[in-house]
Amino acid sequence: MTQTAAPRTQRPGVSLEAATQRRARMAEEMRQSKLIRRLITPEGAAIRLKLATAGERAGAFLIDVAIQWVIVIATLFGLSALIGALTPGSANIAFAFWLVFFFFVRNFYYIFFEIGQRAATPGKRALGLRVAARDGGRLTANSVLARNFIREIEVGLPFQFAMMGGDGASGWMALLGLAWSGVFLLFPIFNKDKMRVGDLIAGTWVIRSPKTKLMHDITSAAKAADASARFNFTVAQADAYGIHELHVLEDVLRQSTPEIKHQVAERIRAKIGWTKQTGETDLAFLEAYYGALRRRLEQRMLLGERKADKFDVR
Amino acid sequence: MSGDLLKSYRFREERQGDWQKLDVILTRAENGGVKRLSDEDMLALPRLYRQAVSSLSVARSISLDQNVIAYLESLCTRAYFFVYGARTTIGERMMTFLRRDWPAAVRGAVWPTLLSALFFFGGWGLAFFLCLQDMDWYWTFHGASFLEGRNPDATVEYLRSTIYTDGHGDGQLTAFSSFLFNNNAQIALFAFALGFAFGIPTAWLLVYNGVMIGSMYAVFWDKGLGYEFTGWLMIHGVTELFAIVLAGAAGFVIGGAVAFPGGQTRLASARAAGQKAATIAMGCVVMLIIAALLEGFGRQLINSDLVRYAIAAGTGLLWMLYFYMPRRERHG
Repeated sequence: MTQTAAPRTQRPGVSLEAATQRRARMAEEMRQSKLIRRLITPEGAAIRLKLATAGERAGAFLIDVAIQWVIVIATLFGLSALIGALTPGSANIAFAFWLVFFFFVRNFYYIFFEIGQRAATPGKRALGLRVAARDGGRLTANSVLARNFIREIEVGLPFQFAMMGGDGASGWMALLGLAWSGVFLLFPIFNKDKMRVGDLIAGTWVIRSPKTKLMHDITSAAKAADASARFNFTVAQADAYGIHELHVLEDVLRQSTPEIKHQVAERIRAKIGWTKQTGETDLAFLEAYYGALRRRLEQRMLLGERKADKFDVR
Repeated sequence: MSGDLLKSYRFREERQGDWQKLDVILTRAENGGVKRLSDEDMLALPRLYRQAVSSLSVARSISLDQNVIAYLESLCTRAYFFVYGARTTIGERMMTFLRRDWPAAVRGAVWPTLLSALFFFGGWGLAFFLCLQDMDWYWTFHGASFLEGRNPDATVEYLRSTIYTDGHGDGQLTAFSSFLFNNNAQIALFAFALGFAFGIPTAWLLVYNGVMIGSMYAVFWDKGLGYEFTGWLMIHGVTELFAIVLAGAAGFVIGGAVAFPGGQTRLASARAAGQKAATIAMGCVVMLIIAALLEGFGRQLINSDLVRYAIAAGTGLLWMLYFYMPRRERHG
């Protein structure tokens, strides 16, 4: 028990820093939770949807615009190579078809991809986003049309005003127009659902739908059997941390370097007052402690006590 | 020994086979569409989906393994969108659009269409009569843009030559008409999108385009070429102008829903109107493609005024029948 109390009495500076960190973490969690929407499926189960941030959507849009430009420029090069071999008459017709093609790339690129099964353009797919109907129903083709036709005023209009430029009266007109159309462009930042005007009209929003891989369980059978013999943590030791620390430990075990694992292992040993046994590796210690901590926290959770983090003393 | 294992671990161990089976089916469906799924997959899917959803809610209350929860969240989201998503193919959607959605949306927007026509032809008439009284108005409207010399200073012979082609256009007209298509289709989409700002910019856009055409019309009328110019304009113009008017109507549908939501919330009203209006706007693009074909090929090949008038009347009649002819409700 003395070990658990040690950091708090040690130096006031440390705990002040820890408290600040904790507050920052909570604020961040709060911010993240504002992006979560609960969707109740017809089976009555809740699925949590996470809305895409304005930044992610801008990123996806930039990728898509880049792809559109590549298509346009590549076909234009292809066309100019072809025109040399054609008579002027058919060259004109070829150019006419390219112009129509250009229109479709400009306006129907998004529609083509969003109508598909994944409801996402390549840019959105790259960032793990997709379009969904706000009411949880199916995403209709009409919604996809609506949200993408509106794009013309959100991006096209400010761009045109910005290009207009000029001086004197026309300059002022351009500036006013830019300010007015800028409202449409910046619309997603100013509403809690991060909708752009097109989403509002179409009844859609853009959510995060990343593909997650199922990884092995750290407390898998073989390791647990091996560890339970060597590591025998007391209840007090397993109570030293909370769910937040458990999740951090999970991340450390799944993806960090041996160096970080070593540092983390040292800190946990110090905190719970564990003396390193001979032949004990950091990895084995961390995995065993993870298992013990998770067992303890899951037991308490079943009884209705969620110990959020190490400061959560009940 | 099994008493030593975590409950949450055993829970996962027993079910992860099914989760992964669902994962495989979903990945296959996302990559290759529904057609790549076997009957067996389709039969298994609802059961696997329900199991994954219930696993998720149990896992949330008993497991603290972040990875399992995140995996199940993502799996259930994907499965939900697949199970309750649309299964129709692009072809089927196009057919319902042409058969039902488009004419129904146009039929449902008669008043906005009339309003839109009023703005467009109002602008047209205004410019036409102003220009007939005093041709200086033409320069006020068009500024320094020349429209290939179709201005009041041109001779009758020159203007006549722009109406008829000798059949050796070298495809230039085709290129020009596809340029016009781009322009018009973009304007149509703009007119739709600008409806969001309570329809005011849409009205302005309609009047502006009406003025542009009306003033040019006055130039030809003034030189005694009214009959010929009408034929030149209307062979595709019936379709094209109808499309512009409908695009304006789409804008007004949205504008009206945003400005006067009635009993609904503003958001719900905008959403309901947006779907209908988008259907109309999509239809406008289709109409403008047809107009561009008529313009690029029809007008170039047909130099007889009478045939031009006949085509104009024919297309007008076809559109009216297609949109407004009462039809039986098809069920199912």
